Amino acid sequence: MTLLLIVFRSLRQHLLSTVITALSIALAGGLLLSVWTIKEQSQATFTRVNIGFDAVLGARGSKLELVLNSIFHLEASPGNMAEADYEFIKRQPAVKLAIPIAVGDNLRGFRIVGTIPEFFSGVEYAPGLKFAFAAGHGFDPAAKEAVIGSFAAGKLGLRVGDTFHPFHGLTFNPAEQHADTYAVTGILAPSNTPADKVVWIPLHGLQTMSGHDPRAATDVSAVLIQLRAPSAGFRLDLLYNKQGNRLTFAYPIGAIIADLFNKIGWFDQVLTLIAYLVALVSAAGVLVAIYNSMSARRRDIAILRSLGARRRTVFGAIVLEAAAIGLLGMIASFGVYVAIASGVAAVIRAQTGVLLDPWVFDPIMLWAPAAMIALCAAGGLVPAWVAYRTDIASNLAPSS
Amino acid sequence: MALLAIQSLQKSFVLPEGGKKLIVDVPAFALAEGQQLALRGESGSGKTTFLHLIAGILAADRGSIQLGSDDMARLGEPARDRLRARTIGYVFQTFNLLQGYTCLENVLLGMSFGPGADRARATAILQRVGLADRLHHYPRQLSTGQQQRVAVARAMANRPRLVLADEPTGNLDRKNAVEALALIRESCRETGAALLLVTHDAHVLAAFEGVSDFSALNRAGEAAP
Repeated sequence: MTLLLIVFRSLRQHLLSTVITALSIALAGGLLLSVWTIKEQSQATFTRVNIGFDAVLGARGSKLELVLNSIFHLEASPGNMAEADYEFIKRQPAVKLAIPIAVGDNLRGFRIVGTIPEFFSGVEYAPGLKFAFAAGHGFDPAAKEAVIGSFAAGKLGLRVGDTFHPFHGLTFNPAEQHADTYAVTGILAPSNTPADKVVWIPLHGLQTMSGHDPRAATDVSAVLIQLRAPSAGFRLDLLYNKQGNRLTFAYPIGAIIADLFNKIGWFDQVLTLIAYLVALVSAAGVLVAIYNSMSARRRDIAILRSLGARRRTVFGAIVLEAAAIGLLGMIASFGVYVAIASGVAAVIRAQTGVLLDPWVFDPIMLWAPAAMIALCAAGGLVPAWVAYRTDIASNLAPSS
Repeated sequence: MALLAIQSLQKSFVLPEGGKKLIVDVPAFALAEGQQLALRGESGSGKTTFLHLIAGILAADRGSIQLGSDDMARLGEPARDRLRARTIGYVFQTFNLLQGYTCLENVLLGMSFGPGADRARATAILQRVGLADRLHHYPRQLSTGQQQRVAVARAMANRPRLVLADEPTGNLDRKNAVEALALIRESCRETGAALLLVTHDAHVLAAFEGVSDFSALNRAGEAAP
C-alpha cells in the first residue's frame, strides 16, 4: 500500500515525463506486437489458404508463380495449358476433383477468372465450409453471367442484376474494354479467402471473350486439384515435374507458400530486430527519464528515509515506478497495435482477399508486455541504486 | 528513569581536502521520560548532527545512544530505521513535508513506516493541530504556520517516546513560532513524549524551564557544519 502510494504520487508528480516515456513504450510495444503478430498470422494464414485444393497443375514454370496466380490471384499467369491436359489429369484415379480456371481479363482492376460451377458447389474452401451466396445464385456455364466475390462486389459496387463489360489483361486499362456484356447473378458471402476479390465467370466465357485468340479458345490457365490421398501428390509430382517438361505440378500448396515465407524470412527478422531495438531504446528512456529527475527526488527520498523508510523501500519504489511506466505504456501499446495491425490487415485484404484478424490472441500479447515491463523495471535499477545510496542528512538541509 | 542516555558519543566527517574533523564529542547526556529540554547553540555548532545521531539518521563513530532498551549507536541501519520510525518523532526547521502528498497522506506515510497507517488517528491528530478542514490540501496550499502544524502532526502520529525538534520555529514569524512551540510542547505533554529541542532563538529558549548549552555539552568545540 505504502509503495503503491509512493509510486502513484511520483508518477503524478512527474506527469509529463511519465506520459512521454509511456507513449514511447506504447509505440515500441505496438510496433513489436504488430510485426510479430502480422508475421505469425500471415505465415499461418497463407500457408493454410489453399481454398480446398491440394495441388495446382499449370504451364511449365515456377511452382510459386503458379500457386500465387491460381490460388491467390496474384502475379501473372505462367501460360496456358491445353484442354487435353486438363482432361488427362481429371481422369487420373488419384484425382478426386479437378477444377479448371482461366485468367486474362479484369474488371476495373479486379481479376476475372473463368471456371466451372463445381467450384462453388463441390469445394470446401476450409474444413466444413463451402462457398455460399449472400445474394442471388451461381452462373449458367453457357451464359454470360458472373458471380462476384464479396470484397470485389463491395469495392465495385455491383449487385445482382447489374451488368458490366470486362477489360482485357490483368491490369486495368480503360481503352481495352471487351464488347461482351455480363450480368451479375450472384454475390458470394465473405469467405476470407482470395476468392472474395475475384469476379467469377464461366470458363467458356473467358475462353471465347471477344478479342481473345480463337486458337486458344479451349486452353485453361491452370487446374486446381483435390487428391484422394497425399501419396498421389508425390507420384504426380514425379510424373509432371521430373519425367515431363511441359507442365508444372505444384504440390503441396502450403509447403510452397511456406517456402516463400522462408525466402523472405530475413525481412521479418530485420523488422523484428528493429522492433526489439525500439523496445530497448524505450526502456533506456525510462532509465533516463527517472535518472534525470533524481536530483529533484533526492529531498523526497531523504524525507521518506527520515520517516523510517528503508533503503530497500525507496529502491523498490523506483523500480516499481519504472515498471509502472512500462505497464502504462504496454496498455496503450495495444491501441497502437490495433491501429497498425488493422491498417496492414486492410492492405493485405485488398491485395489478397485474405483476412488477418488483429483481435485473435497470440501468446506474444502476454509475453511482450511482461518482457517490456521487466525491461523497464531493469531500466529503473540504475536510478533505484542512486535512490538507495541517497544520503539522508545532506539532503535534509539546512543543518544547525 | 532516563529515556535517552548518551555516553562518549563521537562523530567526525571526512574533509574534502582529506583528514577528519570531529563534529560531535559528547561525553554524557541524558533525557528523562517526558522531560522537555532545550539545547542552546549557534548555527554550525553540530546540533543537527547531534540530533541526527540520536535519530539514527547518522551512524556514530563511537559511544552509545541508549534509547530505552536499544543502543542506537550499535544498531545496523535497517534496525535504526525501524527504531526511528517507531520511537522518534522529528520536527524540522524546513518542515520537510512531501509536496506531492496531501496533509493526510503526509501523516499516513509517516505512520506507515512505524506501527502502520491509521486513517482515523491521522485525521484525529490533524484535527488536534487545527487542520480539520485542510486534510486534503497540499503543503503548497498552506501557510508556513499550517505546514509546521502538519509536520508536528506527522511527528506525533506514531506516539513517539522522544520528539526531536531542530530549530522548529526558524522559518516562522513570531506569532506562528509561539503557536508552533506551544503545540509541540502540549502534544508531547499529552502523549508523555520527551522533547529535545535545539535552537538559537532566545524567545524559544525563554519558554523552557530546562535549557542546556550545547557548546558546554559538545567537546568538539569549534564551529562545525
